[in-house]
Amino acid sequence: MIINHPLLGPRDASEFTYLGDASLLMRPNSDDIDAYHDYIHLRDNPDGLHRELWFHEQGDRSWLVITRNTATHEITKVELARKT
Amino acid sequence: MHYSIWSILQQGFRGGRGWVRAWRAPVPQKSYDMIIVGGGGHGLATAYYLASQYGITNIAVLEKGWIGGGNVGRNTTIIRSNYLLPGNEGFYELSLKLWEGLEQDINFNAMVSQRGILNLFHSDNERDAAARRGNSMILHGADAELLDAAALRKLCPFLNFDNARFPLKGALLQKRGGTVRHDAVAWGYARGADRLGVDIIQNCEVTDFIIKNGCCNGVETTKGKILANKVGVAVAGSSGRVMAKAGLRLPIESHVLQAFVSEGLKPILPQVITYGAGHFYISQSDKGGLVFGGDIDGYNSYAQRGNLPVVEHVTEGGMALMPMIGKARLLRMWGGLMDMSMDGSPFIDRTPITGLYFNGGWCYGGFKATPASGWCFAHLLATDEAHAVARAYRLDRFKTGAVIDEKGAGAQANLH
Ligand SMILES: Cc1cc2nc3c(=O)[nH]c(=O)nc-3n(C[C@H](O)[C@H](O)[C@H](O)COP(=O)(O)OP(=O)(O)OC[C@H]3O[C@@H](n4cnc5c(N)ncnc54)[C@H](O)[C@@H]3O)c2cc1C
Repeated sequence: MIINHPLLGPRDASEFTYLGDASLLMRPNSDDIDAYHDYIHLRDNPDGLHRELWFHEQGDRSWLVITRNTATHEITKVELARKT
Repeated sequence: MHYSIWSILQQGFRGGRGWVRAWRAPVPQKSYDMIIVGGGGHGLATAYYLASQYGITNIAVLEKGWIGGGNVGRNTTIIRSNYLLPGNEGFYELSLKLWEGLEQDINFNAMVSQRGILNLFHSDNERDAAARRGNSMILHGADAELLDAAALRKLCPFLNFDNARFPLKGALLQKRGGTVRHDAVAWGYARGADRLGVDIIQNCEVTDFIIKNGCCNGVETTKGKILANKVGVAVAGSSGRVMAKAGLRLPIESHVLQAFVSEGLKPILPQVITYGAGHFYISQSDKGGLVFGGDIDGYNSYAQRGNLPVVEHVTEGGMALMPMIGKARLLRMWGGLMDMSMDGSPFIDRTPITGLYFNGGWCYGGFKATPASGWCFAHLLATDEAHAVARAYRLDRFKTGAVIDEKGAGAQANLH
């Protein structure tokens, strides 16, 4: 897979490490035990488009949000990750 | 027809014209006592043990493709019971014991080969960890032996003992571990279940669950609606997308794992060898091919194929461990779907929906679990109680804190 980095252009996916679903950016309040359990342990795990977090570990060390099809591995969108 | 040396001789004299289909191709009934979704190893074993151990035979196994087309026919066929944690080891040891009697039980040659499995270690600390694991195995009734470098060299003189980064200091050996012919497991359980009256329905995809007032009464399929009092789901890598149809989110991510086979070679590799530090494991099939693999690719995937960086990484691991592998040519490679759970351990449990049961989260190690998984899922479906060795495999264990994290990697599915 080639990831089209918004700042650096096309880079091989093996330069990156993978964290998982981009909804991990939206951390709930840790007082709410049930919401926190769901946040840490449960996943939508979709068959199709997936917004996910990749870290450019062997590059500029930026976090990216990539939209990728889990059924075909096709990457349709690459953005810099931001807290929402 | 009972398979034996006599049936082979008899059929030989008749020109093989008397062989009959190993299982029927029935049209689905309108309703069953129980439905098993997924005709992989686990689904077929569940149906077989429901029929043979609990006398429940009015069952359908619904498979979206063909029997053996999923992971049961894609894995690298290793069986073992070398786990550390109490929640796991009793279960996997039951599985290994069931493998030992399987072929007589189902009257099918599954080529169970207890050739031994070696887990290599490279430092004093790793040796201590291997000794601890071996002790845990022995306490659960399994077998384990700790080999030093000299004993390992006797067994496998061809390994690269003096690797600068990971020198070989010895191995944990489980002699009862080994390999099994994976397709034969699917076919053998299918034939065994069919002979007891189970309907195995291929090309029948479950598209939805029929759920009313929190109670599951059946499924919608590509062959129409089929009703049942209990529905057990055992779809391995498809767990996420199938259980989503029942509105459930699981502690599971689907990932891809690749495997490789070389051209056929003369016998060179007596055991199964796992080289964790190099992300590499290998055995030799009875046909002579070197069967090997490594870690999962590491990103969510339902594609059943992986990417090239992992191919390079796995083969590098092989070259580091046994440089002679560089002379072999690669014949085939493929990928399969892994239902990676958040602690690396599986689930055999009820769901919050009455009548709907779930079996999954097998990660890259569910082939060895096939007999015990079927045994325990059948027990749960028949009695509504968890089997004694599968009690820890609960869906709510992340809420209660009773996780079973063999690797201590935390809630990061791709690190297990
Ligand atoms: C490359 C590779 C190597 C592996 N190596 C090993 C190993 O050496 N040792 C080991 O112990 N384990 C290994 N595994 C893991 C093991 O293969 C799996 O954990 C195990 O096979 C999963 O259980 P199963 O056999 O029931 O799965 P499967 O055979 O995948 O069965 C699930 C079935 O469900 C069907 N299905 C899915 N959705 C639906 C639907 N909607 N309706 C109807 N049917 C549906 C699928 O078509 C499939 O046939 C490996 C896996 C892979 C991919």
